[in-house]
Amino acid sequence: MATGNTEFMSSSRDEKNKAAKPQDGSGCKPQDPEWASGLKKLYDSVVDEPLPDSFKDLLSKLDEDEGK
Amino acid sequence: MSKDKKKRELPKRSAADKRAFKRELTEVVPHLRAFARGLCGRPDMADDLVQEALLKAWAAQDRFEPGTSMRAWTFVILRNAYLTDMRRNRFRGEYDEGVAERILTAPAGQEEPLHLSDLHRALLTLPPERREALLLVGAGGFSYEEAANICGCAVGTIKSRVGRARAALSSMLEDGDIPDRALDDPAAHRAILEELDEVAAGRGEAAATK
Repeated sequence: MATGNTEFMSSSRDEKNKAAKPQDGSGCKPQDPEWASGLKKLYDSVVDEPLPDSFKDLLSKLDEDEGK
Repeated sequence: MSKDKKKRELPKRSAADKRAFKRELTEVVPHLRAFARGLCGRPDMADDLVQEALLKAWAAQDRFEPGTSMRAWTFVILRNAYLTDMRRNRFRGEYDEGVAERILTAPAGQEEPLHLSDLHRALLTLPPERREALLLVGAGGFSYEEAANICGCAVGTIKSRVGRARAALSSMLEDGDIPDRALDDPAAHRAILEELDEVAAGRGEAAATK
Protein backbone atom coordinates (compact mmCIF):
# COMPACT_ATOMS: atom_id res chain seq x y z
CA MET A 1 0.00 0.00 0.00
CA ALA A 2 2.64 2.43 1.07
CA THR A 3 4.66 1.58 -1.99
CA GLY A 4 1.76 2.19 -4.31
CA ASN A 5 1.20 5.50 -2.68
CA THR A 6 4.76 6.57 -3.12
CA GLU A 7 4.74 5.56 -6.70
CA PHE A 8 1.64 7.55 -7.29
CA MET A 9 3.10 10.58 -5.64
CA SER A 10 6.39 10.44 -7.44
CA SER A 11 4.77 10.01 -10.80
CA SER A 12 2.49 12.95 -10.21
CA ARG A 13 5.44 15.00 -9.13
CA ASP A 14 7.20 14.16 -12.34
CA GLU A 15 4.25 15.31 -14.30
CA LYS A 16 4.17 18.56 -12.38
CA ASN A 17 7.83 19.11 -13.04
CA LYS A 18 7.28 18.67 -16.72
CA ALA A 19 4.35 21.03 -16.71
CA ALA A 20 6.12 23.63 -14.66
CA LYS A 21 9.11 23.70 -16.96
CA PRO A 22 8.33 26.05 -19.82
CA GLN A 23 10.34 26.39 -22.98
CA ASP A 24 13.35 27.62 -21.11
CA GLY A 25 15.41 28.57 -24.10
CA SER A 26 17.04 31.80 -23.02
CA GLY A 27 18.75 32.61 -19.77
CA CYS A 28 15.72 34.16 -18.12
CA LYS A 29 16.11 34.77 -14.43
CA PRO A 30 13.28 33.48 -12.29
CA GLN A 31 12.76 36.95 -10.81
CA ASP A 32 12.42 38.38 -14.24
CA PRO A 33 9.22 37.00 -15.72
CA GLU A 34 8.55 37.29 -19.39
CA TRP A 35 6.22 40.22 -18.95
CA ALA A 36 8.65 42.35 -16.96
CA SER A 37 10.28 43.82 -20.04
CA GLY A 38 6.81 44.33 -21.50
CA LEU A 39 5.89 46.51 -18.57
CA LYS A 40 8.90 48.71 -19.15
CA LYS A 41 8.06 48.76 -22.83
CA LEU A 42 4.51 49.91 -22.15
CA TYR A 43 5.80 52.74 -20.05
CA ASP A 44 8.58 53.73 -22.43
CA SER A 45 6.26 53.67 -25.42
CA VAL A 46 4.22 56.44 -23.80
CA VAL A 47 7.32 58.36 -22.74
CA ASP A 48 8.53 58.30 -26.33
CA GLU A 49 5.27 59.54 -27.82
CA PRO A 50 5.42 63.04 -29.24
CA LEU A 51 3.82 65.47 -26.84
CA PRO A 52 0.28 66.39 -27.87
CA ASP A 53 -0.33 70.03 -28.66
CA SER A 54 -2.64 70.38 -25.69
CA PHE A 55 0.37 70.02 -23.43
CA LYS A 56 2.45 72.50 -25.35
CA ASP A 57 -0.44 74.94 -25.09
CA LEU A 58 -0.80 74.37 -21.41
CA LEU A 59 2.89 74.77 -20.73
CA SER A 60 3.14 77.99 -22.66
CA LYS A 61 0.05 79.33 -20.92
CA LEU A 62 1.73 78.81 -17.57
CA ASP A 63 4.36 81.32 -18.58
CA GLU A 64 1.84 83.89 -19.69
CA ASP A 65 0.10 83.82 -16.35
CA GLU A 66 3.47 84.30 -14.77
CA GLY A 67 3.90 87.64 -16.52
CA LYS A 68 1.07 89.22 -14.60
CA MET B 1 -6.78 68.05 10.38
CA SER B 2 -5.66 71.17 12.22
CA LYS B 3 -2.18 69.76 12.51
CA ASP B 4 -1.80 69.98 8.75
CA LYS B 5 -1.99 73.71 9.03
CA LYS B 6 1.49 74.41 10.29
CA LYS B 7 2.98 76.64 7.67
CA ARG B 8 6.60 76.61 6.78
CA GLU B 9 8.25 79.77 5.64
CA LEU B 10 9.04 79.26 1.99
CA PRO B 11 12.12 80.77 0.45
CA LYS B 12 11.52 83.28 -2.27
CA ARG B 13 12.21 81.91 -5.72
CA SER B 14 14.39 83.77 -8.12
CA ALA B 15 13.55 84.17 -11.79
CA ALA B 16 16.24 81.60 -12.57
CA ASP B 17 14.62 79.18 -10.14
CA LYS B 18 11.33 79.63 -11.91
CA ARG B 19 12.83 79.07 -15.32
CA ALA B 20 14.53 75.94 -14.04
CA PHE B 21 11.26 74.77 -12.56
CA LYS B 22 9.46 75.27 -15.84
CA ARG B 23 12.14 73.42 -17.75
CA GLU B 24 12.16 70.48 -15.37
CA LEU B 25 8.39 70.37 -15.33
CA THR B 26 8.35 70.25 -19.12
CA GLU B 27 10.91 67.47 -19.19
CA VAL B 28 8.91 65.32 -16.85
CA VAL B 29 5.61 65.50 -18.76
CA PRO B 30 6.21 62.35 -20.85
CA HIS B 31 6.84 60.41 -17.65
CA LEU B 32 3.70 61.77 -16.07
CA ARG B 33 1.74 60.66 -19.11
CA ALA B 34 3.21 57.18 -18.92
CA PHE B 35 2.51 56.84 -15.23
CA ALA B 36 -1.01 58.21 -15.60
CA ARG B 37 -1.81 55.85 -18.43
CA GLY B 38 -0.66 52.93 -16.36
CA LEU B 39 -2.81 54.09 -13.48
CA CYS B 40 -6.06 54.77 -15.24
CA GLY B 41 -5.86 52.90 -18.51
CA ARG B 42 -7.50 55.37 -20.84
CA PRO B 43 -5.18 57.72 -22.70
CA ASP B 44 -7.63 60.63 -22.83
CA MET B 45 -8.37 60.46 -19.13
CA ALA B 46 -4.73 59.93 -18.34
CA ASP B 47 -3.87 63.10 -20.21
CA ASP B 48 -6.61 65.03 -18.40
CA LEU B 49 -5.09 63.85 -15.18
CA VAL B 50 -1.64 64.96 -16.23
CA GLN B 51 -2.92 68.40 -17.16
CA GLU B 52 -4.58 68.69 -13.80
CA ALA B 53 -1.36 67.64 -12.11
CA LEU B 54 0.69 70.13 -14.12
CA LEU B 55 -1.55 72.99 -13.06
CA LYS B 56 -1.34 71.92 -9.45
CA ALA B 57 2.41 71.53 -9.65
CA TRP B 58 2.73 74.97 -11.18
CA ALA B 59 0.58 76.50 -8.47
CA ALA B 60 2.62 74.74 -5.79
CA GLN B 61 6.03 75.41 -7.27
CA ASP B 62 7.29 77.31 -4.24
CA ARG B 63 7.08 74.07 -2.35
CA PHE B 64 9.39 72.26 -4.73
CA GLU B 65 12.91 72.06 -3.40
CA PRO B 66 15.34 72.77 -6.21
CA GLY B 67 17.78 69.92 -6.68
CA THR B 68 15.33 67.22 -5.65
CA SER B 69 13.60 64.90 -8.09
CA MET B 70 10.98 66.68 -10.15
CA ARG B 71 9.71 63.36 -11.37
CA ALA B 72 9.09 62.06 -7.86
CA TRP B 73 7.53 65.34 -6.75
CA THR B 74 5.12 65.55 -9.65
CA PHE B 75 4.25 61.85 -9.38
CA VAL B 76 2.95 62.53 -5.87
CA ILE B 77 0.75 65.28 -7.25
CA LEU B 78 -0.47 63.13 -10.10
CA ARG B 79 -1.18 60.28 -7.76
CA ASN B 80 -3.22 62.47 -5.44
CA ALA B 81 -5.21 63.79 -8.37
CA TYR B 82 -5.84 60.23 -9.48
CA LEU B 83 -6.99 59.13 -6.04
CA THR B 84 -9.35 62.07 -5.81
CA ASP B 85 -10.85 61.37 -9.21
CA MET B 86 -11.03 57.67 -8.46
CA ARG B 87 -13.09 58.39 -5.38
CA ARG B 88 -15.46 60.36 -7.53
CA ASN B 89 -15.82 57.28 -9.70
CA ARG B 90 -14.45 58.90 -12.77
CA PHE B 91 -12.45 55.89 -13.85
CA ARG B 92 -14.95 53.23 -13.02
CA GLY B 93 -14.97 50.48 -15.60
CA GLU B 94 -13.28 52.69 -18.08
CA TYR B 95 -11.04 50.18 -19.71
CA ASP B 96 -11.67 50.26 -23.42
CA GLU B 97 -10.49 47.32 -25.44
CA GLY B 98 -10.49 49.15 -28.75
CA VAL B 99 -8.49 52.05 -27.46
CA ALA B 100 -6.02 49.75 -25.79
CA GLU B 101 -5.56 47.80 -28.97
CA ARG B 102 -4.76 50.94 -30.88
CA ILE B 103 -2.21 52.25 -28.45
CA LEU B 104 -0.60 48.96 -27.84
CA THR B 105 -0.04 47.61 -31.29
CA ALA B 106 1.79 50.59 -32.66
CA PRO B 107 4.97 51.13 -30.69
CA ALA B 108 8.14 49.63 -29.53
CA GLY B 109 9.16 46.67 -31.31
CA GLN B 110 10.20 43.59 -32.97
CA GLU B 111 8.54 41.15 -30.61
CA GLU B 112 4.94 40.11 -30.26
CA PRO B 113 2.85 43.13 -29.28
CA LEU B 114 -0.12 40.90 -28.45
CA HIS B 115 1.29 40.18 -25.03
CA LEU B 116 1.40 43.86 -24.29
CA SER B 117 -2.33 44.29 -24.54
CA ASP B 118 -2.84 41.27 -22.28
CA LEU B 119 -0.32 42.70 -19.92
CA HIS B 120 -2.03 46.06 -19.89
CA ARG B 121 -5.39 44.50 -19.23
CA ALA B 122 -3.97 42.35 -16.44
CA LEU B 123 -2.30 45.39 -14.95
CA LEU B 124 -5.61 47.21 -14.79
CA THR B 125 -7.22 44.43 -12.82
CA LEU B 126 -4.77 44.87 -9.97
CA PRO B 127 -5.82 46.84 -6.90
CA PRO B 128 -4.67 50.42 -7.47
CA GLU B 129 -2.04 50.56 -4.79
CA ARG B 130 -0.36 47.42 -6.07
CA ARG B 131 -0.59 48.63 -9.61
CA GLU B 132 1.02 51.93 -8.82
CA ALA B 133 3.75 50.26 -6.79
CA LEU B 134 4.58 48.00 -9.69
CA LEU B 135 4.45 50.89 -12.15
CA LEU B 136 6.81 52.98 -10.08
CA VAL B 137 9.36 50.24 -9.49
CA GLY B 138 8.95 47.94 -12.47
CA ALA B 139 8.29 50.51 -15.17
CA GLY B 140 9.34 53.90 -13.86
CA GLY B 141 12.62 52.61 -12.49
CA PHE B 142 12.20 54.10 -9.03
CA SER B 143 13.91 52.43 -6.11
CA TYR B 144 11.74 50.94 -3.38
CA GLU B 145 12.71 53.86 -1.18
CA GLU B 146 11.68 56.45 -3.76
CA ALA B 147 8.44 54.64 -4.45
CA ALA B 148 7.71 54.53 -0.72
CA ASN B 149 8.23 58.28 -0.53
CA ILE B 150 5.92 58.88 -3.46
CA CYS B 151 3.19 56.71 -1.97
CA GLY B 152 3.72 57.94 1.56
CA CYS B 153 4.19 54.49 3.02
CA ALA B 154 6.91 52.26 4.42
CA VAL B 155 9.51 50.64 2.18
CA GLY B 156 8.37 47.22 3.36
CA THR B 157 4.83 48.03 2.28
CA ILE B 158 6.01 48.90 -1.21
CA LYS B 159 8.06 45.73 -1.42
CA SER B 160 5.08 43.67 -0.44
CA ARG B 161 2.79 45.45 -2.90
CA VAL B 162 5.25 44.98 -5.74
CA GLY B 163 5.67 41.34 -4.79
CA ARG B 164 1.95 40.71 -4.78
CA ALA B 165 1.47 42.58 -8.02
CA ARG B 166 4.20 40.55 -9.68
CA ALA B 167 2.77 37.29 -8.44
CA ALA B 168 -0.71 38.21 -9.60
CA LEU B 169 0.48 39.26 -13.05
CA SER B 170 2.62 36.19 -13.46
CA SER B 171 -0.22 33.89 -12.61
CA MET B 172 -2.73 35.73 -14.79
CA LEU B 173 -0.42 35.82 -17.77
CA GLU B 174 0.88 32.30 -17.43
CA ASP B 175 -2.61 30.88 -17.11
CA GLY B 176 -3.96 33.23 -19.74
CA ASP B 177 -6.70 33.92 -17.22
CA ILE B 178 -7.18 37.65 -17.12
CA PRO B 179 -10.39 38.78 -15.45
CA ASP B 180 -12.55 40.74 -17.79
CA ARG B 181 -13.37 44.26 -16.81
CA ALA B 182 -12.82 43.64 -13.15
CA LEU B 183 -13.80 47.19 -12.30
CA ASP B 184 -17.36 46.51 -13.35
CA ASP B 185 -17.73 43.84 -10.75
CA PRO B 186 -19.45 45.50 -7.77
CA ALA B 187 -17.55 43.43 -5.24
CA ALA B 188 -14.22 44.22 -6.83
CA HIS B 189 -15.12 47.84 -7.01
CA ARG B 190 -16.09 47.97 -3.38
CA ALA B 191 -12.82 46.33 -2.45
CA ILE B 192 -10.94 48.91 -4.44
CA LEU B 193 -12.72 51.76 -2.73
CA GLU B 194 -12.00 50.25 0.67
CA GLU B 195 -8.36 50.05 -0.21
CA LEU B 196 -8.45 53.62 -1.36
CA ASP B 197 -9.88 54.60 2.00
CA GLU B 198 -6.84 53.07 3.59
CA VAL B 199 -4.52 54.76 1.18
CA ALA B 200 -6.17 58.11 1.73
CA ALA B 201 -6.12 57.67 5.50
CA GLY B 202 -2.36 57.15 5.44
CA ARG B 203 0.20 59.74 4.75
CA GLY B 204 -0.09 59.26 1.08
CA GLU B 205 -1.85 62.50 0.44
CA ALA B 206 0.28 64.59 2.73
CA ALA B 207 3.30 65.26 0.63
CA ALA B 208 3.09 67.62 -2.26
CA THR B 209 -0.17 69.41 -2.68
CA LYS B 210 -3.20 70.08 -0.65
